Amino acid sequence: MDFSYAPAPESRSIVDIRSSYGLFIGGKFVDGRGEPFKSINPASEEILADIACADAADVDAAVRAARHAYDTVWGPMPGRERAKYLFRIARIIQERSRELAVLESLDNGKPIRESRDVDLPLVAAHFFYYAGWADKLPYAGFGPAPRPLGVAGQVIPWNFPLMMLAWKIAPALAAGNTVVLKPAETTPLTALLFAEICRQADLPPGVVNIITGAGETGRLLVEHPGVDKVAFTGSTEVGRAIAKAVSGTDKRLTLELGGKAANIVFDDAALDQAVEGVVNGIFFNQGHVCCAGSRLLLQESVAEEFLAALKRRMAHLRVGDPLDKNTDVGAINSAAQLARIRELSRVGEDEGAERWSAPCELPERGFWFAPTIFTGVTQAHRIAREEIFGPVLSVLTFRTPDEAVEKANNTPYGLSAGVWTEKGSRILSIADRLRAGVVWANTFNKFDPASPFGGYKESGYGREGGRHGLEAYLEH
Amino acid sequence: MTLTAEVARSQGALRTFLHGLPGVDQVGAEQRAAMLGTRSIKTTAKAQALDLAIRMVDLTTLEGSDTPGKVRALCAKAVRPDPADATCPSAAAICVYPAMIQVAAEALRGTGVHLASVATAFPSGQAPLSVKLADTRAAVADGADEIDMVISRGAFLAGRYAEVHDEIAAVKEACGDAHLKVILETGELATLDNVRRASWLAMLAGADFIKTSTGKVQPAATLPVTLVMLEAVRDFRAETGRIIGVKPAGGIRTAKDAIKYLVLVNETAGPDWLDPDLFRFGASTLLNDLLMQRTKLATGRYSGPDYFTLD
Repeated sequence: MDFSYAPAPESRSIVDIRSSYGLFIGGKFVDGRGEPFKSINPASEEILADIACADAADVDAAVRAARHAYDTVWGPMPGRERAKYLFRIARIIQERSRELAVLESLDNGKPIRESRDVDLPLVAAHFFYYAGWADKLPYAGFGPAPRPLGVAGQVIPWNFPLMMLAWKIAPALAAGNTVVLKPAETTPLTALLFAEICRQADLPPGVVNIITGAGETGRLLVEHPGVDKVAFTGSTEVGRAIAKAVSGTDKRLTLELGGKAANIVFDDAALDQAVEGVVNGIFFNQGHVCCAGSRLLLQESVAEEFLAALKRRMAHLRVGDPLDKNTDVGAINSAAQLARIRELSRVGEDEGAERWSAPCELPERGFWFAPTIFTGVTQAHRIAREEIFGPVLSVLTFRTPDEAVEKANNTPYGLSAGVWTEKGSRILSIADRLRAGVVWANTFNKFDPASPFGGYKESGYGREGGRHGLEAYLEH
Repeated sequence: MTLTAEVARSQGALRTFLHGLPGVDQVGAEQRAAMLGTRSIKTTAKAQALDLAIRMVDLTTLEGSDTPGKVRALCAKAVRPDPADATCPSAAAICVYPAMIQVAAEALRGTGVHLASVATAFPSGQAPLSVKLADTRAAVADGADEIDMVISRGAFLAGRYAEVHDEIAAVKEACGDAHLKVILETGELATLDNVRRASWLAMLAGADFIKTSTGKVQPAATLPVTLVMLEAVRDFRAETGRIIGVKPAGGIRTAKDAIKYLVLVNETAGPDWLDPDLFRFGASTLLNDLLMQRTKLATGRYSGPDYFTLD
């Protein structure tokens, strides 16, 4: 019997989107001096709001506001008092989580199931976690009296707008720094709602400043002489430019960049769960995940069976309206990203890999790309080397554990990896040899605020999350 | 030689085959079942699901206190679950102890509702094979067209797979034309690896249905266990071409739960299994909640439990 699920849209009436947003500087929304831009819903191309653009003078004003708050309020405040504000913010995020989730899905295109069940719980957990550290910094292992750095300039990407904000702001504030944060130009709305939450929590003005704009605004922020610490998550290309700009200054820098993670499936893996894990590894958040398992390494003895199961499973993926509670894969975040995914997929075909897409109907308006796998891929293919940052999986095979490790490590990146086997000793021996910041065993894309996250090689440096995440914001 | 014959040829061959099945990662299976539990089934899809679920109910009474009166009332309920609404479908079957078969057969004659009986020293299965077979033959002779047997969990857990296999095969033979549902009692098998092995063992031995539980052991049916069994019937069909049914039983009490199971079926084994011939719920209180939700959906309001018959 055909059992088709009727549309089950989450109501968007829970969130009020203003027609225009200013910059959040010194606890107030102010006009930007740059040319305003628009944020759109990538699932429909509907304009959501006009967004102010910060120019050099605005960036300067934001950094000054942060400096003033650092010198007069936040820096001198005892950790136990800072903790109260962070706990309050965490609770407000929980209370307003439905509103934030709907807004995130509208602005980003990700399915409401993910923003509701993954992003928002992790955002709140991150604030709760670092709130707990604020009064315990002398016991964090960084000396008896670690000090904050001052003003942190933070630039975040569009794939997990609010979660990346939490990863940046929570440890910075817990350690006693003040921040100027720039969200991505395609996804500024939840950061601006977070600004309102800061006011609701009575956070002293200037402790958190949110400035919006495109790459130029980000460059002005990281190059501003009043910034003591730069934290960036995004592309390796921009990360390189930032590293150059910061070199020769006394700014501290952490970078979390691209990835091309290998998900290694051995022939003794729990196959059904490995299929789930591979699907989650690459199609979670439309593949817009820096640690996505975008290279599937299959042991040859199980490759055929596994691929058949993977295709069968992919046929069940529900692609469409991000606000529908039954959607598994939402919209590509922007026209530019869609063009890049299409371009690299075309290259994959030209280079001779075999393309297969899940049978699904894509909406007419908006930016969409069907979940896709390429088989017959070798290490020499561009789709095996370059980060596609979309729902596209490259499938390679291997014969022995040594070959699997060699192929997995044969990439300029080193952010994450996955190992699938029912054999515990193999998990340990393979994980030891993988040059990746995170190695998941029999699972994938699992995050926890207590667990440090970061990369090897061109995937960046520094760690976010856990006790390690504090170090980037402390002088010791 | 077919897979079934080849594997069943010896204890060693059975063991090699069952232990060669891919393992089940419990964390991953639970996560998948939980994710499918978040599917939101509304409006037309919900109406479709509720009617289907009603048609899949094996309305069950398995108590020492069962009497002919109780069983007759339950039969009437299965035939016309909602006397106030002629569009409401019948349940799939009645499930009773062997002593109640004749009463039930009388009450169900000509209605199209199936008559299932538990047999083989239900619920423990701790009786000699000859007794189990006699139990089965008597049930079929009295009019049961479906037999719900229990496997010897003791033998299974001790690794005596051939014994379990041969017992199921013998019961299947004793069933004649009656359909055989094999109860794995997954609450006693404890691990999902065991659930997968027991599912394959039962299917290889000739089961028409694999069923989770007797309802007498906790935990009874769960979503992760049913997920693994649905994967097993899906894979068994791909391997042999034979299509086997699945019956979760025990602990499914609300319409919301039942719909989660239907989603699990739809996205695991596939829509072919969304059929009362291939998927059943072993339940008693579930039926009234399905009826209540069905009325709510049609009329827009809850009528309250007093408007549905208690049987």
